[in-house]
Amino acid sequence: MSNNWEMVIGLEVHAQLKTSSKLFSSSPNQFGSEPNENVNFIDSGMPGMLPVMNFGCIEMAIKTGYALNFKINKYSVFERKNYFYPDLPQGYQISQFEFPILSEGYINIDSGDNQKKIRIERAHLEQDAGKSIHDIDPKYSFIDLNRVGTPLLEIVSYPDLSSADEVINYMSSLRQLLMYIDVCDGNMQEGSLRADVNLSVRKKGQELGTRCEIKNLNSFKFIKQAIEYEFQRQINIIDGGGEIEQNTMLFDTSTGETRAMRSKEFSHDYRYFPDPDLLPVNLSQEQIDKIKPLVGELPQDKLNKYLDNYSLDKDIAKIIIAEKQNANLFEKMISESTVKPKFIAAWLVGDIFAFIKENNLEVNSLNDKTKDITDLLKLISDDVISNKAGKEILPKVLNGEGKPSELVKELGLEQVSDSGELEKIIDEALVGEEENILKFQGGSDRVLGYFVGKCLKATKGKGNPKLINKILLEKLKK
Amino acid sequence: MKNSISQIKKALIEKKISVGELYDEYLAKAKSGNNNSFNLVIDRENNISSINDSQNRYNNGNPLPLDGIPLGIKDLFCTKGIRTTASSKILSNFIPNYESFVTQQLLNDGSIFIGKNNCDEFAMGSSNETSYFGPVINPWKNKNSQNDNLVPGGSSGGSAAAVAEGSCVASMGTDTGGSIRQPASLCGIVGLKPTFGSCSRWGIVAFASSLDQAGPLTNCVEDAAYVLNSINKHDFNDSTSSNHQREDYLVDINNNFEKKIKIGIPSDYLEDVSDDILNQIDNTKKALSKHGIEFVDVKFKTTEYALSTYYILAPAEASSNLARYDGIRYGVREDGESLDDIYLNSRTKGFGDEVTRRILIGAYVLSAGYYDAYYRQAQKVRRLIKNDFQRILNEVDFILTPTTPNEAFKIGDKLDPISMYKNDIYTVPTSLAGLPGISIPSGLSKNGLPLGVQFIGNYFEEKSLLQLAALAEKELSFNE
Repeated sequence: MSNNWEMVIGLEVHAQLKTSSKLFSSSPNQFGSEPNENVNFIDSGMPGMLPVMNFGCIEMAIKTGYALNFKINKYSVFERKNYFYPDLPQGYQISQFEFPILSEGYINIDSGDNQKKIRIERAHLEQDAGKSIHDIDPKYSFIDLNRVGTPLLEIVSYPDLSSADEVINYMSSLRQLLMYIDVCDGNMQEGSLRADVNLSVRKKGQELGTRCEIKNLNSFKFIKQAIEYEFQRQINIIDGGGEIEQNTMLFDTSTGETRAMRSKEFSHDYRYFPDPDLLPVNLSQEQIDKIKPLVGELPQDKLNKYLDNYSLDKDIAKIIIAEKQNANLFEKMISESTVKPKFIAAWLVGDIFAFIKENNLEVNSLNDKTKDITDLLKLISDDVISNKAGKEILPKVLNGEGKPSELVKELGLEQVSDSGELEKIIDEALVGEEENILKFQGGSDRVLGYFVGKCLKATKGKGNPKLINKILLEKLKK
Repeated sequence: MKNSISQIKKALIEKKISVGELYDEYLAKAKSGNNNSFNLVIDRENNISSINDSQNRYNNGNPLPLDGIPLGIKDLFCTKGIRTTASSKILSNFIPNYESFVTQQLLNDGSIFIGKNNCDEFAMGSSNETSYFGPVINPWKNKNSQNDNLVPGGSSGGSAAAVAEGSCVASMGTDTGGSIRQPASLCGIVGLKPTFGSCSRWGIVAFASSLDQAGPLTNCVEDAAYVLNSINKHDFNDSTSSNHQREDYLVDINNNFEKKIKIGIPSDYLEDVSDDILNQIDNTKKALSKHGIEFVDVKFKTTEYALSTYYILAPAEASSNLARYDGIRYGVREDGESLDDIYLNSRTKGFGDEVTRRILIGAYVLSAGYYDAYYRQAQKVRRLIKNDFQRILNEVDFILTPTTPNEAFKIGDKLDPISMYKNDIYTVPTSLAGLPGISIPSGLSKNGLPLGVQFIGNYFEEKSLLQLAALAEKELSFNE
């Protein structure tokens, strides 16, 4: 019975920064190279090698500071976190400890129908470690040092999250923001964004319980599974009269279970101390201010703009701002066209996104087709062609098969909007309909629909329905 | 007197000797030496192109500042393609694929390396007895016990002995708490520790990063200026390298000071010292007073804390700096059943006792629950020591101290670590403050052994410090 129980969760999110070189060495920072290809003497921990800070990482941290409402610290210090492991060549990880670059931030996330503020304690820069591969050979482990020294920003939340859904919302909001400000590619599969989940349980209203930390989760699915499993595991222990041990847990993706990796007794003493090879980071207000314009519009800014200036429906606006490339495509179309944003938005999240999904395309791949798309939307909104005809032509435009106006002509889909011509058709349609005309004049609106349908049929579907409607009404009222 | 760099260059320019002959002369001494001052000697064939290039520059009349000068290099500097061991078993098979910044400057200026000088293991020691390759023997003998082998001091003991025995013109050493100045003093030569941040640490096997500094051990002060001109440069790859404007240290080195100079003598340094040591200070005072230099008494408030501060901070940094020697990627690996066993066996067998002791001390002072009491406290005291020096250097231009509390002692005599650590009592405070210090020979002890005095200057004031040392040197020169 988990009804009386609630979970308390804090998240440590590791975001790999999108710099071209590593945090303290000039080796390339990229995924997917041959093993040990992106490794220099510094990365491999050769004697006498010294770290040199990549200032690009500081700039990205500052950007993140603005995006996540952090206090950006002018003074921060890189320290050494000492432990032995074969994929950690220096024998220590350079990380910020006592003086992080960012402190006391927050973001707002959706929680049910409401917004919830999630406070973030700190974010600090640190080096990633390499990779140990244990499953190639029964006797030997293999070491790939490519990832050694890759810049990470570790974002540590307060324990403000209280459900798996909130955690997912928090994580996806973070991901969205980091991608918006262009500091992280957000690719969770490649490990660019991973989370350690700290979870404890308590009876509602009671004091905090002992927490366990589930390490290194790199998909929303696993995060959800791990939280749900761990929640139940802890409740079962307490219900069974046991106590929670403060353990570090691993999540087994094949069984969907968490299991203890090491207990607190065996936790490392990392012997942090300031790295004497590096000077403290001292930022001037000018250096910090200079970064602000680079942050650009954030999702919330865009949402407000779309609702207030473009009168979009909230649901549609949210789909567009979900990813920066969507918003970029949308705003490009607005800037190139006189069609109403709301009309463009409806087509974008409808038929255009459907086309992208069906054909497995990148949103960005349509960036050079926006003019054709908006030309087509203009034809639709100006009633030159019908909605139905628009849907027929859209895939051809997106496939680059021709210009919208040419396609309309080619396919003979132009609407009849010549009122003289339509009048003739309507007059013919009304012949022999005296009885129905009388019914209409007697107050039966349903008859109007019948007449519109009859006229449209007579135009083989090409007649402009609005115009037909208008002319019909004038004639019927006489 | 041994030939100075300027004398050797003159002979090379005047074709009285060729670069090859000069090299062979020193190489022969290095190879036949009985003092174990080299871990490795570089054969002629491996230097032949450098020798020829150097000779060509002399023939063309455009020699470089150190062209053809045979140098020893402490085995702590990584030298490309030449085994670099830090005098440790764990690196006894290590051949770097890169050249340290400092030795690269020396090569760029035309010098030729004779070999890698023995030193204390990972530069941890004050007698050169901790080397995996065995102790270095001081070329000097106690006239009252001629058969005893004496220590050369440390950790740059091989460098000091090599210069003193004449198997290289000068040697590059490193100084963390006195490792250049103390052996220079015990071997009767000149040793300069520049201001921290003057010479790049890139490519020097690290001991204590916030203290390590490269510097020359030479026969005379002018030679120190020659070497310093070469190695004292800003290096982008060392974040602690200072980018201030460097001076030409040879200009004015033989000139008297234009302004009135005041030197402070810390009386607290001279309590409980032997007559031998007091004599050095007195001699120096007399010699310089002749030149109108004024001496005043100064008092430090922090001297008694310096050694304990140093022996917390230096091991703390060392415990982390030496973590990379794990037998996994390079160096000597001892096998084991598990990963932990490989670490344990490689490091237990790879490191000597003194290095192990300092790693343990360092890990201890950084560990949870002890950090505040030891490491953090020591950092605060270090700041006070710096302030103490600043206060005194606001009153005087230089500070004069003994370099060591005693003359060279017998190999094996000082087995207890604490009494060994006390050897650095006059050099450690300067290192903690990051200030430049130079030791010059000042006289002989009753036993006929060389002793030195240390001059300490203000940050990056090496030029006037060398000028003062050169002035004192003229008055204090002693016969071997």
